[in-house]
Amino acid sequence: MSYDVEAIRAQFPILQQTVRGKPLVYLDNAASVQKPQAVIDTIAQVYSEQYANIHRGVHWMSEQTTIRYDKARQTVASFINAANARQIVFTRGATESINLVAYSYLEPLLSAGDEIVVTELEHHANIVPWQLLCQRKGAVLKVLPILDNGELDLAQLPRLLTTKTKMLAVAHVSNALGTINPISDIIAQAKAQNIPILIDGAQAVPHLTVDIQALDPDFYVFSGHKIYGPSGIGALYAKVEHLEKMQPYQSGGDMIASVTFEHTDFAEYPQKFEAGTPYIEGAIGFAAAIDWMNQVGIENIAAHELDLLEYATAQFRQVKGLTIIGDASEKSSVLSFLLDNAHPHDIGTMLDQHGVAIRTGQHCAQPLMERLGIPATARASFAAYNTRAEVDALVSAIVDVNEMFG
Amino acid sequence: MDAELRELYQEIILDHNKNPRNFGELDPHTHEAKGHNPLCGDRISITMNLKGDVIESLAFQGQGCAISTASASMMTEALTGKTVAEAQSLFEKFHTLVTTDDRTDEDVLGKLAILGGVRDYPSRVKCATLAWHAVDTAIKGDASVAKTE
Repeated sequence: MSYDVEAIRAQFPILQQTVRGKPLVYLDNAASVQKPQAVIDTIAQVYSEQYANIHRGVHWMSEQTTIRYDKARQTVASFINAANARQIVFTRGATESINLVAYSYLEPLLSAGDEIVVTELEHHANIVPWQLLCQRKGAVLKVLPILDNGELDLAQLPRLLTTKTKMLAVAHVSNALGTINPISDIIAQAKAQNIPILIDGAQAVPHLTVDIQALDPDFYVFSGHKIYGPSGIGALYAKVEHLEKMQPYQSGGDMIASVTFEHTDFAEYPQKFEAGTPYIEGAIGFAAAIDWMNQVGIENIAAHELDLLEYATAQFRQVKGLTIIGDASEKSSVLSFLLDNAHPHDIGTMLDQHGVAIRTGQHCAQPLMERLGIPATARASFAAYNTRAEVDALVSAIVDVNEMFG
Repeated sequence: MDAELRELYQEIILDHNKNPRNFGELDPHTHEAKGHNPLCGDRISITMNLKGDVIESLAFQGQGCAISTASASMMTEALTGKTVAEAQSLFEKFHTLVTTDDRTDEDVLGKLAILGGVRDYPSRVKCATLAWHAVDTAIKGDASVAKTE
């Protein structure tokens, strides 16, 4: 089946406009992707036709909304092939999911001297919650280094995984470099030593089919806004054995079984972790986005993005003074780069004048930038709706920057 | 190249970026400070010699974008020979220039006024003010931090 990118583009109203007098070329997709009409319509429809608070009302509107919210959980579970929808906890996003695991799962188990292992290419979201937890408990944060090409130095993993290791937290895909980590092998190594493992899937689920039962990590986290859904909604997948034992994250309404002034019994998971009125329309929009991705086909989207990545990489190699940062053998559609004569921020502002939106800076991965010995990068990242013509516009704008700063 | 963009990246800015003035470290110096813009990772360090309340000499070094490098370079030229009070007053005027549409002080600011173009790029304002903040910190810092004699 041929991929009709123009038909896909037509479903994204935001892309049909000009920015600074030029057609918008949106290449900041690793930060957040734009939303198709189907998602926009779903959220509008919730507000205009079917909205009430959930789980408590006996009236029709509440019951209908509850059914949809619960169905959204099932859609998210099916998206990653989780065995049971109850293994999905709705959160504000991948960041909150990681914080939830740090507080509710690991903190009660962690003792002084224990170790948590992360990697050098993690997003701050998969560093800081663990670092703060280590500080609270007197534990130690250990770091798996990367190789110069942006791949993990897996030869060093056995040395880092010891009887003291109480958590291994690894990105499925690097947000800054696009490296796809061999998480299947990494999970197997952790399991062999009974070490719990959390996978940060925020950058993976937009591009890869994730089969959680085949991978079988302890925890897997991701965000809705990176897969064409609303921002402010995300998911935590966790194994049942953990969900049963984990303490509540926040407390309040909707997460209880019974409350007296002396004592509270908590609800079962996942409600135990979802205090307060949730982001109802966000969850329903999240599911609508997954339906949209399934309809287009994740494999089709991935193949299209890979074509753009290869097309752009080949053109980038022709640009004088341009260095691509991150050259892993398995990459998602992220191109981080530097120019000899222009700072990433100047590149970003100049490209913006051409209507080309890219990300510049440290990509919430300051330790990675330190490791690579660079202050920042410029990053173009591709999504389902990008075209080869947009890659051409990007390259031509970069050539202009080179001329001005040359 | 667009007129709008030419306004921000004027020749003079590109020139100061390529050939920054007063680039390096003053040895000895009486005052110093570091500036860091976490948004882009830019780092700058300022060294300065104050005699009485006059800035006798001022230098900067670091790694940054064209806007921050040119702004730092032009600032060292503008502040050398000024009193601390004059420098602080100029910083206030410069800050107003790059953050608001108030252009009344453009004449006083002279060459620095061309950096006013960043007001249209809110995310870049910090690039233009980074060096000025560092000088402000250096002035307010204890004079006894002088590193060498």
